[in-house]
Amino acid sequence: MKRLFPVFGLLTGVLLSYALYLALVVAPTEQTMGDVQRIFYYHVPSAWTAFLLFFINFVASVVYLIRRNMKADVVALVAAEIGVVFCTVVLVTGPIWARPVWGIWWTWDLRLTLTLVLWLIYVSYLMLRRFSSSGQTPQIAAVLAVLGALDVPLVYFSIWFFRTQHPQPVIGGGGSIDPRMLHVLLINWAAFSCLAALMFWSRYRLEVLKREVEDTQALEALLETPRGSR
Amino acid sequence: MTYLYAAYFATWAIHIGYAIYLIGQYSRLRDEMKDLQSRK
Amino acid sequence: MKLTRATLAKDLRLEWRSKDAINSMLFFALLVVVIFSFSFDPTAEESRQIAGGLVWVAFLFAAVVALNQTWARELRNQVLDAYRVSPAPANSLFLAKAFGNFIFVLMLECLMTPLFIVFYNLRALGPAYQLPIVAVLGTWALVVNGTFFAAMSLRTRAREIMLPLLLFPISIPAVLAMVEATTSILTGEYSARFWIVLLAAYDLVFTTSCLLLFESVLNAE
Repeated sequence: MKRLFPVFGLLTGVLLSYALYLALVVAPTEQTMGDVQRIFYYHVPSAWTAFLLFFINFVASVVYLIRRNMKADVVALVAAEIGVVFCTVVLVTGPIWARPVWGIWWTWDLRLTLTLVLWLIYVSYLMLRRFSSSGQTPQIAAVLAVLGALDVPLVYFSIWFFRTQHPQPVIGGGGSIDPRMLHVLLINWAAFSCLAALMFWSRYRLEVLKREVEDTQALEALLETPRGSR
Repeated sequence: MTYLYAAYFATWAIHIGYAIYLIGQYSRLRDEMKDLQSRK
Repeated sequence: MKLTRATLAKDLRLEWRSKDAINSMLFFALLVVVIFSFSFDPTAEESRQIAGGLVWVAFLFAAVVALNQTWARELRNQVLDAYRVSPAPANSLFLAKAFGNFIFVLMLECLMTPLFIVFYNLRALGPAYQLPIVAVLGTWALVVNGTFFAAMSLRTRAREIMLPLLLFPISIPAVLAMVEATTSILTGEYSARFWIVLLAAYDLVFTTSCLLLFESVLNAE
């Protein structure tokens, strides 16, 4: 299993390079926005990946609350962390895209705002995990994750209605997409999904090892077996 | 044009930043494991 | 239910007797209004547009200060451990605390509102009767989650900053609704109906969730 990791890593690297080539060279130039529109091929897959990871966190948290399964807790933590990484990418590429197209850095665009709120909720989740005492962390973190997930539809509707009352520019454009662009988008999505899986695997292993080490350290402290004595 | 490259660069900067963080965590863990082994 | 009422009555009595918390809260509320008034000195036109946001930000700060010491007394006297071993449902404790906070924060709002009206020369151009509805629904939204997160933060490091850190992101739809509802009532430009319905939905979803999940937070160890 462990030997697969570098192989998978290499494959991901190749796929990402190919996706990059497609995005920068092969994809047709957009009529209104020009080349800047190519940010789309990084912005959108990152968003989809982030949302998927947050969904995984939700499911894992529910599983933990029902079954008290430690693996579920690790999955929840890892999914949240990597989700925040991808979410950060969305929040950084969004304004960089908006600026040349709309002349403004920020707009209460539905997707972008929703991403911002999700980012805030999951960063607060990660802070809770960092600051709480390790005995109860999995439990209260799972509860927070569930509450956060319940919040999402409410956030969506509140922003949606806010935008109907206060019309704002739309980033990323609506409407149908050129099939060649769709092809490039999907390849990039596949590439970033592989990257996410790689990161997930790596972080998961790290967390499992970390907990083993912590348990051993705790046990040692408990037994207080200094070297040489006994 | 520069915006396009800035966006792509930022994306990779974020991912590489996280990778560096992970590598740091792994090496710290490795040290702790060595420490535990030596104390056994 | 009876337990909730008993706990609530006890809390109210204790607060009334000590008067420390009440007095400091009152003064804090006054200070907040004055400082905001110094920072933003709009014309009557503008004030109607921004007062909604200002008022609710001020209420939010006051609420956080009040919420932070929700469980302080319980913590000091190991009451929570007693609750954990007693057969009493954890919900009654939560409801009592939430109601207590609710009454308290509403009281603060009733005191701060006339001050805001005076400093900003406020006058509602829309249906003013909707304002108390927004205040009640909005305050409950903040308080129900705030009381819950205060309990979650109890055994974390940096307990006092953890409460707003957890509360603010999740409250975003509610705060947006409160602010937009208040602004639309003050300016009379839009109907606040959607926002009021959203607030009611928010309150329903989170009151139910907090009631269902409080037990697991209380017993987390």
